[in-house]
Amino acid sequence: MTVLRLIHGAAALVAAGSLAVTLWTGLHDRGVALAFGVLIAVGELTRWSDEQGQRQAAPLGAAGALAYALLGADAGRPGQHGAAQVVTVVLVATVLGAVPHVWSGRSSTVDHLTRRTLTVGFAAVCFQPLYSQGVFAHWVGPAYALLLLTLLALTSLCGAVLAAALAHCRTRWPFGPLLREELRGLLGIGSAICATGAVMALAVAVVGLWALPVFCPPMLLVQLSLRRYAAVRATYRQTIASLARATEIAGCTPAGHAHRVAALSLAVGRDLGLTGPGLTVLEYAALMHDIGQLSLVDPVPAGATAALPAAEQRRIALLGGAVVRQTGVDAAVAVVVERQADPYREQPLAARIVRAVNAYEEKTRDAGPEGPLRALEELRLGTAGDYAPEVVESLARVLARPPGVRERVPVRRTGLSDPAPGWVTHG
Amino acid sequence: MDAVPARARGYVAVVALSAVLCLLPLPATHTPWGASALLAALYAACEHAVRRRFGGTFHPVLLAGAFLLPPAAAALVPVPAALLSPVEHRPVLLRRVWRAAQPALAVWAAARTHCALGGEDAVVGSDFPSVLLPAGAAVLAFCLVLTALDGGLRAAAGLLPLRRAWREQLARTPAPVAVHGLAGLMMAVLWRSPYGPVAALLVLLPMGVSWWVFALYHRERAAHQATIRALVQAVDIKDGYTRGHSERVGHASVLIARELGMDDDRVEVLRFAGILHDVGKLGVPTRLLRKEGPLTPQERRIIELHPEYGHEMVRGISFLGEARAAILHHHERLDGSGYPYGLAGGQIPECARIVAVADAFDAMTSTRCYSRARPVEAAVAELERCAGAHFDPRMVGALVRALRRSGWHPAVTADEPAYGTPPAERTPSTGAPR
Repeated sequence: MTVLRLIHGAAALVAAGSLAVTLWTGLHDRGVALAFGVLIAVGELTRWSDEQGQRQAAPLGAAGALAYALLGADAGRPGQHGAAQVVTVVLVATVLGAVPHVWSGRSSTVDHLTRRTLTVGFAAVCFQPLYSQGVFAHWVGPAYALLLLTLLALTSLCGAVLAAALAHCRTRWPFGPLLREELRGLLGIGSAICATGAVMALAVAVVGLWALPVFCPPMLLVQLSLRRYAAVRATYRQTIASLARATEIAGCTPAGHAHRVAALSLAVGRDLGLTGPGLTVLEYAALMHDIGQLSLVDPVPAGATAALPAAEQRRIALLGGAVVRQTGVDAAVAVVVERQADPYREQPLAARIVRAVNAYEEKTRDAGPEGPLRALEELRLGTAGDYAPEVVESLARVLARPPGVRERVPVRRTGLSDPAPGWVTHG
Repeated sequence: MDAVPARARGYVAVVALSAVLCLLPLPATHTPWGASALLAALYAACEHAVRRRFGGTFHPVLLAGAFLLPPAAAALVPVPAALLSPVEHRPVLLRRVWRAAQPALAVWAAARTHCALGGEDAVVGSDFPSVLLPAGAAVLAFCLVLTALDGGLRAAAGLLPLRRAWREQLARTPAPVAVHGLAGLMMAVLWRSPYGPVAALLVLLPMGVSWWVFALYHRERAAHQATIRALVQAVDIKDGYTRGHSERVGHASVLIARELGMDDDRVEVLRFAGILHDVGKLGVPTRLLRKEGPLTPQERRIIELHPEYGHEMVRGISFLGEARAAILHHHERLDGSGYPYGLAGGQIPECARIVAVADAFDAMTSTRCYSRARPVEAAVAELERCAGAHFDPRMVGALVRALRRSGWHPAVTADEPAYGTPPAERTPSTGAPR
């Protein structure tokens, strides 16, 4: 938690310092400041958070803020605004744009503000003082454009590190995979943000503030596509969860089993360093791991497959894989479902996780207060062949976390009507 | 090559000829060859990347060409891409000529309009807002020529009547092309600025990312639809006698909803309601579903749980909206004698009343273990007899009107092997397993 406090403290310091300097020196180039402020506020109003509630997406606001930080001239006239003014304007606009979000309590604004303040501050401090001293005077034409791009790339790298650090502090997931995920994000939407920021800064330098309304629509188009993509992904996840619920409705497995296994598997997967697509495969496979039981003539008692003979387990797993293959889900999901009953040395990592977590879930189900400890003990005894030792250790680590942290972890909501955090509080 | 009518071939030839005419003044004009070549190469690269994966076209480069170059040179920009890019379907030469000629003419028209309104000087001087008028006019010209040529081809190939082809195209094109026009304008202005083509290239990056996200969206949506189908198939596996039933009920629900003048979103929701109405049968033991002969009261009670099971399954899928209520209440009857809640009259949601009629209609017109299929007329007569007591007369009337207008020939994907045999038959494929 100290790192988190450190980062927040640094952001607050930067914000307070900029505000003080700006109040002292007054606002230069008010028209430009106002135009960029409006742009950033509008971008902020259209912000939304992705399905994990983790990453905040406001591409237009981010691009506008970076453009203002790297703005040298306005229609050929050198600008007067310094780094402090940049931070102040961006901060005020972001706060104004965030008011509706805070009001409706939809998303965590403090981390978002921190990231915005520090990244924009970094870009502005790198650029504005040197620009006003004329260091860039002999960087003309294309070289100047490339210089801006380089600065933006550096800023995004710092932004990624910062975002990963904040997420690490909040969730206790390992730092490396989080950073990798952030960097992967940079290649997609991040590159569009950087390019838009550079284009806006350059275009304002050439044609003045008209560049802003002219270049907003393409960025809004990106934002629209992103939102639609996020919406269809959420719908898809809900449908998969419904398919998973089929076994529960049919009485093959107890209610909520698939959800609990999926949530705990995700936490273990995070802990073991899975990211992005790998996590999605893991989640879908965990949700549908019991679906093979639908094809059985006689239901397994209480759906507890972990207690069955190995050959029978494998048969049900193969049946499940066949069903999953029909659903049009990524073939990797079917592979995980198929191989969930194999000895761990032959399994992919996701299948190892599903197997161990499923066994844990079944063993603790009606086992009373000391059930979790006994279940973990049994899993440890099974690490010779059935359960992967590193997965069992990771499971123990995840379960040992204070409930507060663990509850907040997998808020990937699988079904909208399900109360989100309750189902991970085992042990 | 034989499949293309001579009329269409002649049409393409005329369009190609006019494109060549546009290119003729090329040697006489003062052409910036470097810029043309760069834009053409850029367009070819973008087309190569974009068309193959996402199946779209990359207009910003073309429009930037129209804003930057004299008309004849601008018309040259799309040509190399069309000649180089691979063509997937048969009349290769014809398609290639068309892909070169159509955008060439459109770009030429745009550049011509732009020049006539004095846009070139405005771009060089980058004086806003006077750049916007010629640029807007040029985008409009581009859009009109594209749609006119496209509609003309469809009409010449005999696919659609001319007026309808144009109307459909015009309704679809303007908004995206306007955004592309703004990007093209920004590209042109930056190209002419001291920062040069490097800065102009940056404009393309956001457009490319938006294409990429769009493609991801389509992939994910296709996967989602496959999953919905899988849910339906899971029911079909359990209950062999209702094979294809779900999709046909979806089809009939859509017929009724359209007839009642519902908007497209609601019609789509009703299609899902029809398709998924029996999804709760997954929770009913297979033995009961396949039982031949009469059911005991207890067994009947178990089967009558399926609307509630279905609702429990899909309640987490938010996009289904009121379809969830339809799944829960599709066995309610207007006089209150239905299940699960015994709702009566207006208490039953509208969509559930629609699905109830569609369900009963398909059950009567397809073969079940307990009865043979009846002809459509007999089923309609039976529905009309029960209207008021079991079914909402409004929905029955809508179904009757829709059937009278378009007949009843549902295409069912789950039935594919059986479906291939009698395509012209008026009665539905019976739905008998194998």
